[in-house]
Amino acid sequence: MANYLLRRLLIAIPSLLGISVILFVVLALAPGDPFGELTTNPAIPPEVRANLRASLGLDDPIHLRYISWLTAMMKGDWGYSFVSRIPVDQLILQRLPTTLAVIGISQIVALAIALPVGVYAATRPYSIFDQVANTLAFVGFSLPTFFTGLVFILIFSITLDWLPFVYRTGIDASGWRWWWEQFRQSIMPIMVLGLFQGATWTRFVRSAVLDVIRLDYVTTARSKGLTEGTVTMKHVVRNAMIPVVTLVALQMPAVFGGAIVTEQIFRVPGIGSLLITSILANDTPVIMAVTFVFAALVIFFNLLADILYGWLDPRISYS
Amino acid sequence: MVSGVILLTLILGVLLGPLVWTLPIDEIDFSARLQGPSWEHPLGTDDLGQDLLARILYGGRISLAVGFAAMLVAVVVGVVVGALAGMSGPRGDAALMWVTDLFLALPQLPLLLLIIYLFRDSLKEVVGPEVGVFILIVAVIGGFRWMPVARLVRAQFLSLREKEFVEAARALGASRTRLVVRHILPNALGPVIVAATIDVAAAILAESTLSFLGLGFPPDIPTWGRLLFDAKDHLDFSPHWALFPGLAIFLTVLSINYVGDGLRDALDPRRVQ
Repeated sequence: MANYLLRRLLIAIPSLLGISVILFVVLALAPGDPFGELTTNPAIPPEVRANLRASLGLDDPIHLRYISWLTAMMKGDWGYSFVSRIPVDQLILQRLPTTLAVIGISQIVALAIALPVGVYAATRPYSIFDQVANTLAFVGFSLPTFFTGLVFILIFSITLDWLPFVYRTGIDASGWRWWWEQFRQSIMPIMVLGLFQGATWTRFVRSAVLDVIRLDYVTTARSKGLTEGTVTMKHVVRNAMIPVVTLVALQMPAVFGGAIVTEQIFRVPGIGSLLITSILANDTPVIMAVTFVFAALVIFFNLLADILYGWLDPRISYS
Repeated sequence: MVSGVILLTLILGVLLGPLVWTLPIDEIDFSARLQGPSWEHPLGTDDLGQDLLARILYGGRISLAVGFAAMLVAVVVGVVVGALAGMSGPRGDAALMWVTDLFLALPQLPLLLLIIYLFRDSLKEVVGPEVGVFILIVAVIGGFRWMPVARLVRAQFLSLREKEFVEAARALGASRTRLVVRHILPNALGPVIVAATIDVAAAILAESTLSFLGLGFPPDIPTWGRLLFDAKDHLDFSPHWALFPGLAIFLTVLSINYVGDGLRDALDPRRVQ
């Protein structure tokens, strides 16, 4: 097991390096010096500017610049925000937990919808339940998150006045009251994301279960006299989950995209809204770092999927 | 079927609509601010009194144009990469597929935002604000959506190139290029067409998302996402402003997805009822 983990980790490193190369190339091709705000500032005398350029290594050949940039990123030296003048890593660490909480809970919601609905629909293909579920799933993943978000605000905040539509960090309450307020303000962003992903996954689950349920070993299990429930839960679902895990891992970039949009709509103070505000404020170090963090998160979840894959499918040996 | 009709109506609507509904998209009329639907303005007006129907029809042209253009970029890149991987030896194949997987793992929206943020201004200077942003958005959205097509094409190539009819063509002395272009590629196109259809929907969504975040086309061009972006601060007084463009995006994406699903059923030989 440890061996398998280590190998997976080693495979993840080239991907991370590849992504960092892409990021760096984008940055290097960009006109001007996105990092050298000070070097283009006209108030600074030219000789100081030249010294600055040299100290930042802006005149070195490109591969040297890449290596020094990468080592700085590795060491956790991510520079300072142009706007707020505090270290970028602090800024991100402040906001990362919120994003992870919102994404994590919404994915649990999505799974809680997709698994039962998808499995139930697949065990009764082309029944009324299946058709309704299918149609709703289609509607669900054709509705862009920014539109559902606005419609939710319109219904629950403006018309019904049940929920607040701006997320606040400082809630002046404690104990149960705090949790209740937290719940009220988080439920809309979580549901927007969760319903969207749930709709996509319902289709994955349904088609995966449908593929497995026709196989001979399922018929064998039935003919042994097992109840339909046992056959579905023990024999079908576990095997059907294998392709679903892959598809879910491939969806991670889309999940983060959705999170950026929802954070922006509901003003959730996560790294997604940090990205948008820093783009609007031309805060290059923050933009770069947030993009890199998103990339690392995607790789991490792919790694997690690989591990899950090994657990679901014993044919993949750990050694 | 129904979805095909709706999609065709939408496309014809945004193509021919501006010929019938001739109100200008940017006529400012402060006496008619934030009005709900009426005979004069069937979909109401925005905060400057501009007619929403005209703006939605205009925005639809851009959204659909971006969708189809980005799909073309994605399909061309995907087919080229997939064909190269499918025809080259195991080494080239492995390298190209590693790149494909790498692109699949990229966080697309943050990178889209980053690239547009970095390159927007310089491209604007070269070819003008509208064309520049159009080229940039199409290239970037297409550039992040070719991977599924490349995988499909590669898988098709790997199985097709061993088939008898390809061997027969090779025995007749057909060149490699001729083999690929005349014999293998046409047979590999079925799944590509399905993927391409879905890509149009995804590209429209991506463009609307960018505009909704305020980072797409310039503010004076009313794309559907931009209309939502402008409307989101006026939800309490004029919900119609956000609802109509949102519905337009939803209907378009939904009907394209349904058409794609129908095509998949029609083109999939393994279909079981």
